[in-house]
Amino acid sequence: MANDLILRVVTKWLSPIIILFALYVQFHGDYSPGGGFQAGVIFSSAILLYALTYGLDAALQLIPEYMLRIGASLGVLIYGGVGVASMILGGNFLNYSVLASTSIAGQHLGIIIIELGVGITVASVMVLLFFTFARRVAPE
Amino acid sequence: MSLVVNLVLLVFLLVMALAVLKTRHLFAMAMLFGLYSLLVAGLFVVLDAPDVAFTEAAVGTGISTVLMLVTLASIKDGHELVSTQKSRAAPLIICILMGGLLIYGTHDIAELGDGKSAPHMQVAARYIEKGQEETGVPNLVTAVLASYRGFDTLGEVTVVLTAGIGVLMLLGSRKKIRIKEVSNGK
Repeated sequence: MANDLILRVVTKWLSPIIILFALYVQFHGDYSPGGGFQAGVIFSSAILLYALTYGLDAALQLIPEYMLRIGASLGVLIYGGVGVASMILGGNFLNYSVLASTSIAGQHLGIIIIELGVGITVASVMVLLFFTFARRVAPE
Repeated sequence: MSLVVNLVLLVFLLVMALAVLKTRHLFAMAMLFGLYSLLVAGLFVVLDAPDVAFTEAAVGTGISTVLMLVTLASIKDGHELVSTQKSRAAPLIICILMGGLLIYGTHDIAELGDGKSAPHMQVAARYIEKGQEETGVPNLVTAVLASYRGFDTLGEVTVVLTAGIGVLMLLGSRKKIRIKEVSNGK
């Protein structure tokens, strides 16, 4: 598959667009359909497309596996961290209203940060799953 | 118009389901399941649930199909479904019974778009009335998932992480080399 010119060129053009769309879904999730989970999955599908066309080694050069392991845990840490931060600032666990001066601004800030955490974890875990499975495919 | 779209999607859904039954090749089956998910995603769009459609299209059609294909590729043989000569009466009866039960169960589900049904009277009404005011987020789905049900979503993210850790513990280590040695030694 890696020698197919059309696939290689299309992948090269398509994957940045998919990643851009993932970022749009991530950060525009408050206003339009989408959010962290969807963005993470779309982002990982761009990496999967790249890995399927250019091979696992090229994809591993793009994102090393240790970064994915860190990312998977970091997302949950960010999410939990927002909860702890809101507790420190005097609210309940995951009550974002205390994060900023006004309640609405706090809610907005909290939602954006936790969606980012969700996105990082989902994207990392999905790519990690693919890498782990794909490494078991015997080379032809 | 919506009826036509629904009809087309549902007919294709049925065709996909029958095609999955008919095909013996597991690669083809994985691709057909991907198409099935795509059609379901289309149905979610018709039902005004674009957030769910997004997830279904990306996970069902994209990631899970790729994961299934990769899993099949990592298995040396067994890409064809072997039909056994055993009697198929018992599985058929179980399927019909289960299907009948599910169809019976649908009678208790609230009518589509019925504002008077139980789930729409209590908490959903409050989300719709106060959601925008309290969170300032126009997309109500995000507001509910991230703010009102923030604790649930934290649990979901933890489940995703746990699944990743589980797969890594089972397949991620260097044990692969040892398995290969054993299979070569055979």
